Amino acid sequence: MEKIIWSFIVGGAICVIGQIMMDVFKLTPAHTMSTLVVAGAILGGLGLYEPLVKFAGAGATVPICSFGNSLLKGAMQELNEHGAIGVLIGIFKLTSAGISSAIIFGFIASLIFKPKG
Amino acid sequence: MVKGSQSFIFDSQPVIIASATVGGPLEAEGPLSEDIDILHDDPYMGQDSFEKAEKLMIEEAAMKALEKAGVDKDEVGVFISGDLINQIIASSFAARTLGIPYLGIYGACSSSMEGLAIAASLVDGQKVKYVLTGASSHNNSAEKQYRYPNEYGAQKPPTSQWTVTGAGVCLLTFQGKGPRVIGATLGRIVDMGITDPFNMGAAMAPAAVDTIKAHFRDFGIGSDYYDLIVTGDLGAVGHKIALDKFKENGISINEKAFLDCGMMIYDRERQPQVFAGGSGCASSAVTIYGHLLNEMRKGKIKRLLAVATGALHSPLSYQQKESIPCIAHAVAIEM
Repeated sequence: MEKIIWSFIVGGAICVIGQIMMDVFKLTPAHTMSTLVVAGAILGGLGLYEPLVKFAGAGATVPICSFGNSLLKGAMQELNEHGAIGVLIGIFKLTSAGISSAIIFGFIASLIFKPKG
Repeated sequence: MVKGSQSFIFDSQPVIIASATVGGPLEAEGPLSEDIDILHDDPYMGQDSFEKAEKLMIEEAAMKALEKAGVDKDEVGVFISGDLINQIIASSFAARTLGIPYLGIYGACSSSMEGLAIAASLVDGQKVKYVLTGASSHNNSAEKQYRYPNEYGAQKPPTSQWTVTGAGVCLLTFQGKGPRVIGATLGRIVDMGITDPFNMGAAMAPAAVDTIKAHFRDFGIGSDYYDLIVTGDLGAVGHKIALDKFKENGISINEKAFLDCGMMIYDRERQPQVFAGGSGCASSAVTIYGHLLNEMRKGKIKRLLAVATGALHSPLSYQQKESIPCIAHAVAIEM
């Protein structure tokens, strides 16, 4: 139960940061999203994102910054196995399910609805 | 005849012998629906794109105005129209259907009064017998053009406005019964350095004030001359800024006789999704050519100053961090 509450608080806090970026700093939704992804990758690189995931569970894995963390994690794993080229191999490895499903479900939706308005 | 530095008087006082308006689903639920001739309950209006739906609205409004006046479209000398889609395709494609000699104009949301001023000049100069002028906007086509597609679901702040889905057209000629176009004041570009496309009202309010001020100066009159001064689409935020600007400039304005089409066309309490109010070419075109001209025909309004405001930025200029140049054109209509 305690974990669920922390998950709610941490996930909510990340969203509050995103909201402040849009409302106060007038960033566009696209800029806000990419900034959070980059922030997740940096925190992952500093070794701070994994402890946050352990602590808050879905509160840290559902927001978009977790995507940045996964990009970095995949790249680092392959770097260790294959060297420099591994960065390119691994960058989308852990995140491929998310990216592929976005493309596939986007395609299915475009067949059913009107993608051009 | 030239009047002052920014205005002219139409000596022959061209008559608006007929006008017609078309609206979408939200406009049908709004307080002015009874004055809208054709209402659609589907934003696609049976077409396969929003752009085609917008084109259809102009065609319907034009044909309805001609039908009301009993004038055949072959008798019309010029069709003037503007809208918000790239390269004003709604207007141009409607002109293709109508087959009337066509002048496409772009003044963003000020297109309605820009068109009316040009139309009155053509009739006053005896260049043509009948001129048809109109403007349109469509919520879904304009949001995608200027901000984000509605389907993207981007958050909107309370200062944002709702682009009106509709079209308004009127037919002018030398003589007949109906409201007469007395004069016009063309606006200058006013740019206060605002860059937020979700706060058009604040950007456009100074332009409206500048043009109204110029109108009073050129004609040597005050706000008490008019029964109603109406702006096109300042919304609640811009309307308040305009009132403050009048005070700053020492111009007395009767607040009860200074309204905004964007606040009239929707009931903001019952339709909270419109936030600060309506915007777009159709905000002024539908409210003025529908509701307000009807009020004039009923004798409720004798003298109207219609001031349509426009924000002349583009998505490209916004991305390149340019500020928003704004304009307002005023047309005096009397019954």
